[in-house]
Amino acid sequence: MIADADSIGTLVDKERGLVSREIFLSEEIYQQELEQIFARAWLFVGHESQIPNPGDFVLSRMGDEPVIVVRDRNRRVHVFLNSCRHRGNRVCRYDQGNTSVFTCTFHGWTYDLEGKLTALPFHDGGYNDLDKPAWGLWEARSELFEGSIWGCWDESAPDFREYLGGTELYLSALLRSIDGTPGGAEVLGGVQKWRIPCNWKVPSPDTDRTHGWITHKSVDAVNIAPSGQGRRDRSDRGQSYTVNFPEGHTMSMTLPREDAQPYRGSWASTPIVGEYLDHAYQERKKKMGALASTQCAPGIFPNAGSQGGQPWVIRIMHPQGPTTTEIWSYFLIDRDAPREVKEIIRDYYGRYAGPGGMTQQDDMENWHWSTAASKGTISRRLPYNYQLFVDEQPLHGPSNFGLPGLFCSITSDENHRRYYQRWAEFMAAKSWDELRVHEHVK
Amino acid sequence: MHALTTPTEQDRLLLRLEIEDFLYREADLLDERRFDEWLELLTDDIRYWMPMRRNVPYGEQDREYTVERLDMSWFDEGKTTLTQRVLQMKTGSHWCEEPFSRISHLISNVRLLDVEPSEVRVSSRFIVHKNRLEDEDHVFIGRRIDTLRRVDASWKIARREILLDQNVLLAKNLTAFF
Ligand code: FES
Ligand SMILES: [Fe+2]
Repeated sequence: MIADADSIGTLVDKERGLVSREIFLSEEIYQQELEQIFARAWLFVGHESQIPNPGDFVLSRMGDEPVIVVRDRNRRVHVFLNSCRHRGNRVCRYDQGNTSVFTCTFHGWTYDLEGKLTALPFHDGGYNDLDKPAWGLWEARSELFEGSIWGCWDESAPDFREYLGGTELYLSALLRSIDGTPGGAEVLGGVQKWRIPCNWKVPSPDTDRTHGWITHKSVDAVNIAPSGQGRRDRSDRGQSYTVNFPEGHTMSMTLPREDAQPYRGSWASTPIVGEYLDHAYQERKKKMGALASTQCAPGIFPNAGSQGGQPWVIRIMHPQGPTTTEIWSYFLIDRDAPREVKEIIRDYYGRYAGPGGMTQQDDMENWHWSTAASKGTISRRLPYNYQLFVDEQPLHGPSNFGLPGLFCSITSDENHRRYYQRWAEFMAAKSWDELRVHEHVK
Repeated sequence: MHALTTPTEQDRLLLRLEIEDFLYREADLLDERRFDEWLELLTDDIRYWMPMRRNVPYGEQDREYTVERLDMSWFDEGKTTLTQRVLQMKTGSHWCEEPFSRISHLISNVRLLDVEPSEVRVSSRFIVHKNRLEDEDHVFIGRRIDTLRRVDASWKIARREILLDQNVLLAKNLTAFF
């Protein structure tokens, strides 16, 4: 009722910067999101460093559903629905491991690493000519991007690179090691997974540069940053902007600066890390030129967020109901960094991020209560305000900076306006034909 | 009449009572939000570690816990960070503990695992109940394995392993000390 094509338009008013609270609360809208967004979009499911060897698998999620990410004998990566084709039981019950088959514990249907149904009980006799190839594990399209693994259920969706549009460059930069080696990052052992009582969209769009001064006031005061000042080190870089893309991707970015020394002075209390990063940065400059000093961490529509550097993390907001989100945080680090360096950097991630992190604990508190305090009959009639810099004309990256994206002031709400506009497009579209972006901002 | 216990067993029993008393007093300091006094119960080289727990096949239980100092964990830190947490709690702007939650630590199943002249390793179970604002309510259950060290005639915590019985953390955050 609420979410037909016409009424969706009334929930998101991009021109005025208003978004209805209903889209963060309504069960009906949530059910349609699973269909219209999560069954169509490219979703982050993991990183190759989690499954380096043939037979390695790791459980993940796409939307509200469990999937298995596995590397087959020929080293190809597959993404399968973790649900038996017989009568639906989960076929894998372990978070990660190595295996040669997935055997369902209910009646014993057995699938190989390519998802093929290879054995089933009482096959001789009863089933006559069961078309085995048609009864393999249900497989998503999957693509690898510089170590990251993405899945998509929709055959008509564009390939992942087209889906990324102008963010390809930035996602690549995020996934490089500090010294600029493509795909040189690895995921630290231990993906943090936890549930928050808020809608999955609340933490999804990047960037909200207007909340930190008060949300994180207490942690600023106790100086957890690597240099011992504030919660994070001020980056020695140029002017910062919010940047968005017609595909719904959003991020913030600081423009490159020739003389930037982003690691000088950071990590002052642990010179071994400072020296490592400083050296890596010189290498990065050789490989990436001006782009080396930009700090960018794209949020990929609909539910993949990231942070670069301090800390360095990919964060997925899995929907678990209209007002429940399960966040999975994957912490990244240079694969080849010395162990001591990894340990010190990891210590910082731990005190900053996740449900035990001194910074993010307060994000969770505010996300929770923004949801709880919006639920009332009167409260839910009032729109949320995303009007900061609503009249600002975005600068087109290519013409002004030689970098892709629509650039706005760092405290602009334009990223949110773009994100919710894209959300509305997905919710109203009958198929991918209506969603294709014809003019990427590359 | 013969003695019910040998002197060593009696010593051990008394020691366990002493350790239990220490753990209960510690719990009270936390629940009464006397965090500075609580910090004084920690040695300067304390390791405070709460791993994440994976679902692993039988026979691979060695992979169940994330690895200390190598993987990400829920907590894996020392006194500097624990002290910062206390300072943060006292700023009045740490919103997830402002106002303070009502927290109770129930400690039970106390057993001494190893006894050395100046150190004991002790296992216990905890129920940490957190109730906050009007109706927010969380229960954390698990096991702790502590190493207590005798320093100048009193006990201090030199190591605390916290094994929470959860895989996906079912709470929005972890703001209590365990
Ligand atoms: S449900 Fe899997 S074999 Fe029957
Ligand atoms: Fe934040």
